[in-house]
Amino acid sequence: MNVVTRGFAGRRGPSNPRIPPGQYLETDFPVLSAGPTPGVRTEEWRLDVVDTDGTRRSLSWADLGALPHEDLTTDIHCVTKWSKLDTTWRGVPLEAVLDGDGAVATHVLVHSYGGYTTNLPLEDVTGGRAWVATHYGGKPLTPEHGGPARLLVPHLYFWKSAKWVRGLELLTEDHLGFWEQLGYHALGDPWREQRYVGD
Amino acid sequence: MTTTAPAPVPMPWRLARVEDGWLETRTARTVVLDVPGWPGHDAGQHVDLRLTAADGYTATRTYSVASAPEAGRLVLTVQLVGGGEVSPWVVEEARAGDELEVRGPIGGWFRWSAEMLQPVLLVSGGSGIVPLMAMLRERSRTGTTTPFHLVHSARTPDHVFYTNELHALAVSSPGLRVDRLYTRGGLPDDARTPGRLRPEDLPAVDAFDAPPLVYCCGPSGFVETATRILLDKGHDSGAVRTERFGPSS
Repeated sequence: MNVVTRGFAGRRGPSNPRIPPGQYLETDFPVLSAGPTPGVRTEEWRLDVVDTDGTRRSLSWADLGALPHEDLTTDIHCVTKWSKLDTTWRGVPLEAVLDGDGAVATHVLVHSYGGYTTNLPLEDVTGGRAWVATHYGGKPLTPEHGGPARLLVPHLYFWKSAKWVRGLELLTEDHLGFWEQLGYHALGDPWREQRYVGD
Repeated sequence: MTTTAPAPVPMPWRLARVEDGWLETRTARTVVLDVPGWPGHDAGQHVDLRLTAADGYTATRTYSVASAPEAGRLVLTVQLVGGGEVSPWVVEEARAGDELEVRGPIGGWFRWSAEMLQPVLLVSGGSGIVPLMAMLRERSRTGTTTPFHLVHSARTPDHVFYTNELHALAVSSPGLRVDRLYTRGGLPDDARTPGRLRPEDLPAVDAFDAPPLVYCCGPSGFVETATRILLDKGHDSGAVRTERFGPSS
């Protein structure tokens, strides 16, 4: 369909190859979530890793802190159309959190405090493509941005970067998460504009 | 936990034609869109709206639907965002006969339909009232008497969308209560001193016959404050659904 909207010219800046199709540049950091912000104290925070055979490990905040951290600068893309460039984070690469778990897994279902879930192929969260992030912009993550710890998977739409992460369930098949069961795309690659089911 | 495999059919972009439009406030406009083939939606859902310039350049933004579900027709209310791209066209430029595209409905969580029988508490800040208005209109359209309580916060009475309709609904609908509160300045006979949302502005869970389903929509700071008060007043976090307005310029 080729509809031209009368009176619309756009306010385009210089085109930026770092902005995926259908996105616009945002300098603020909008907050989006489905329910109230859970208040999780680091003293009670746990991250459970459940392998495909049911084996469970539970990391405390101190356990997470003892793992190797990385600092990274990356672009993020929200399915609601904003993209933000050069955001700075500190976190633990997911491979270090998994520590060899998931040897036969193909997918992971990420669980959050508050009940939110999101699904990811394992290959999208390993190989230096995902972190459990504890800091944003040089400061500890605030609760409304997912603190004390959130997943960070910057190459996928940002709903995959689950806030208030509390569990990683390793799976041998894909189980759809919260938004994915409600019509959003199972993978969510912004460069292929995979916003909704069927995109 | 089940694995579902919905048929991977992309939602189509549909031609939409502006049928009518009017200002709700000095910076927000309601537009009525005629959308052939539109399947209808649930109250609370949103749509993607795409504008195309003469040279093919496009801009897309997401907006909540203000109308009750209806095939072939959509009503949106769009707040002007300074420096924005799509909202200035809708608020300042759109007129009857203009063509654009819409895609949706989107959003499976923040929605209400008349089969949901629990009492409902609606809490909105500013233009956050739009998806809640769709719920109020759906309640009215279906004639259900499910108890509804709207608490709406706006800067001043001049910033309230749908003023006349809200008043008419409040006086004519059994089981519906509408409370307005103003952050900057109210009406001369207001009992409440203007100011941001306070604990006493929101009802506790036991103010209802059964725990209500809560829909809270507005700017992020407003939603953070409101949901913190709601949890303090006994509402279960699983019963509180939120929609936060990031900028939609």
